[in-house]
Amino acid sequence: MNNKMRRLATTSALVSGLLLAASGSAQAKTLVYCSEGSPEGFNPQHYTTGTTFDAAGRTAYDRLVEFKPGTTEIEPGLAESWDISDDGKTYTFHLREGVKFQKTDYFTPSRNFDADDVLYSFNRQLDPENPWHKIGGGYEYFEGMGLPDLIGRIEKVDDHTIRFHLNTPSAPFLADMAMDFASILSKEYADQLMEQGHPEQMNQKPLGTGPFMFAGYQKDAYIRYMAHPDYWRGKAPIDRLVFSITPDASVRYQKLQANECQVMAFPNPADLDAMKNNPDINLKSAPGLNIGYLSFNTEKAPFDNVKVRQALSMAVNKKAIIDAVYQGAGTEAKNPIPPTMWSYNDAIENTPFDPEKAKQLLKEAGVENLSTEIWAMPVQRPYNPNARRMAEMIQADWKKIGVNAKIVSYEWGEYLRRAQQGESPTGLFGWTGDNGDPDNFLYTLLSCDAAEKGSNYAKWCYEPFEKLVTEAARKTDESERTKLYEQAQQVFHEQMPWLPIAHSVVYEPVRSNVKNYVIMPTGVHSFYGVDLAE
Amino acid sequence: MLTFLLRKLALLVPTFLGVTIITFALVHLIPGDPVAIMAGERGIDPERHAQLLHELGLDRPIWQQYFDFLWRLLHGDLGRSLVTHNSVFDEFLALFPATLELSICAMVFALVLGIPLGVLAGVKRGSIIDHTVMGTALTGYSMPIFWWGLLLIIFFSGVLGWTPVSGRLSSMFWIETPTGFMLIDTLLSKEPGAFVDAIRHLILPSIVLGTIPLAVIARMTRSSILEVLGEDYIRTARAKGLAPFRVIAVHALRNAMIPVTTVIGLQVGVLFAGAILTETIFSWPGVGKWLIDSVSRRDYPSLQGGILLIATLVMLVNLTVDLLYGLINPRIRHNR
Repeated sequence: MNNKMRRLATTSALVSGLLLAASGSAQAKTLVYCSEGSPEGFNPQHYTTGTTFDAAGRTAYDRLVEFKPGTTEIEPGLAESWDISDDGKTYTFHLREGVKFQKTDYFTPSRNFDADDVLYSFNRQLDPENPWHKIGGGYEYFEGMGLPDLIGRIEKVDDHTIRFHLNTPSAPFLADMAMDFASILSKEYADQLMEQGHPEQMNQKPLGTGPFMFAGYQKDAYIRYMAHPDYWRGKAPIDRLVFSITPDASVRYQKLQANECQVMAFPNPADLDAMKNNPDINLKSAPGLNIGYLSFNTEKAPFDNVKVRQALSMAVNKKAIIDAVYQGAGTEAKNPIPPTMWSYNDAIENTPFDPEKAKQLLKEAGVENLSTEIWAMPVQRPYNPNARRMAEMIQADWKKIGVNAKIVSYEWGEYLRRAQQGESPTGLFGWTGDNGDPDNFLYTLLSCDAAEKGSNYAKWCYEPFEKLVTEAARKTDESERTKLYEQAQQVFHEQMPWLPIAHSVVYEPVRSNVKNYVIMPTGVHSFYGVDLAE
Repeated sequence: MLTFLLRKLALLVPTFLGVTIITFALVHLIPGDPVAIMAGERGIDPERHAQLLHELGLDRPIWQQYFDFLWRLLHGDLGRSLVTHNSVFDEFLALFPATLELSICAMVFALVLGIPLGVLAGVKRGSIIDHTVMGTALTGYSMPIFWWGLLLIIFFSGVLGWTPVSGRLSSMFWIETPTGFMLIDTLLSKEPGAFVDAIRHLILPSIVLGTIPLAVIARMTRSSILEVLGEDYIRTARAKGLAPFRVIAVHALRNAMIPVTTVIGLQVGVLFAGAILTETIFSWPGVGKWLIDSVSRRDYPSLQGGILLIATLVMLVNLTVDLLYGLINPRIRHNR
């Protein structure tokens, strides 16, 4: 009897436990995101693609400062506040206390986040002698943003204060700290991995203070996350987040329709109309933080003559390009920075489409029977969905003013390399902003430094412009910087090293029961705060 | 038999070497380099570019890189991915079960339908059945995989809602995948519904991947059966008064299987090639998708290693087919 009772009790406990577990998993709120590809790794320090930042940077990690959702404004993150010295060279961050690292089956933290984690995260990128420096790959983004030259040293003032000493004043530095490569890793986790002899695991199983904890990954299939229960901003409304890796855009759309996922990345422009008309889908859109443009090689005759650049710009029917190439998902550009960015100079007049005037300008410049090349990018980008088609349209427009252009294209890496060496007379290029700072467009794409060894494919090194953008980067006051950048855009417009063509519109379809999803201007996908209606 | 096997194995060595040379050359012929691809629009300082290439060992003469590759290969080392820094062999092993599972299902689909249809068309030569089967086979053979896959997804998953759109398992199942074969793993997990879910995910990709082999097998079976049906021994069997079914199934089919087996062996290569596209459409996490990514990232070690492993597998399958001839038809003996 006794035995029977015990067995019965055990069985019923087991059954109720199972039921509980089953009901628990049934109630777990799961959001599935159809992403476009597998991440290259899980340590955002090593990579430069949005796919990887979505998978690691935006889920497992936090940064000292963050972009306010939907904007490029900076808000406090792991740093509660910060001071900038008067000379603009010292940044002191006051770190938030009581921030917990994630507890997973592969790591149990024994302490909260502090200055050592910040030191570890930056020193491994900055210091070639750091034992972690060579582990897991290079630091393309950190280097690409010029930080090794900019940061002199990093000082731990106390457990909750960290100070960056810069070699030169640089206002965009703060925005850099909100970028994914500036994610804060756990020093304690790193030490544990080193001790176990598996430092490479840092790039396979991420662990940070962020809103979602890594729970499994199968390449090209899925990435799983659980909500971090002790997240310092509060636990995410959803319990589970799944990235369903789906490389084909049409298939992603099918999955969204079948409710196999609730948010999808990068829709096909051709599907947008159907999405707008689908009652189950909420098609979100936001202006992209990008620019697609045609550069003129200002070192090569006749493009060293500003009149020729203006003439060729006027001959292009941008409106027709927006309609045909962007299929309406773009706006005409007149400045090198997008209108959503602070300091955008709206007073500048768009270059008119005027073939007659263009002919006249060419005549004034003494240019006849011009034959040249238009370089067309071999890849599709949000800022230019079809460069070949765009080049053909420009070619036809130029033909009307007597300019013969041949369309040239190379494999993407080769294309960029040759353009960097100044081989393209005119070429289609583009840029998507990294950190929302105008410097990231105006200096990165148009400075003398970039002409020499960066992304200034117009090879345009123009003293008055250079002075303005260099000075703007040294000031920390935003209103002062705005004035300088506005002037710089005026100089750009007069000199026309590029023909700015378009800023694309970013579309992101979500199921209509998805709440609080916000498109991030920097192009990443972020799921903290997103909820599902019952 | 043993000498035959040894001779065949010995022949594999030069073939294998040839494959390494071709693979290596082709991979390095793709313009661009991994460093430039990684940098993208951001561009990279030429000095830093050169330095990174040097660190990756990609600035050395190509023949030197090849011999290095070969030397490491002899030690069983396929190198590490330039992107993920994981061992190429481990990555391949992790992804291969998905490709294999899909390929097996596709092949089963192709065989189960292809052989009977081919026999039927052959026996009923010139009839409406024959024309239908052969017409359909030709259509299937000419169908672009990408388009065919999307069409099936839109119809069966989108309109009818019968099958899931893509992937190997629904996101609600969080199971462990120790073997990598989803059908086995779902059974092991004992999670209710997971196994059926895995089967449902396999249906469309298997059909898409199996379509071309199906068409080829059906056509080959038909012509082979036709040839055999004209043989004396068939006439004899019929004259003996054997049941027509027995004549076809026992006497004709077995003899007709020799060329069909050859074709099936060759289809294994076709399957792997088709897997690249099929996996991309159905978000199937196999080696095909991985190779495509490696091409676009110029991940030379992954690309070389992956192609080499697949080529080796195809060679081994063909060897197995050679050996199978003997089993099917005792007249072909390997004991000379």
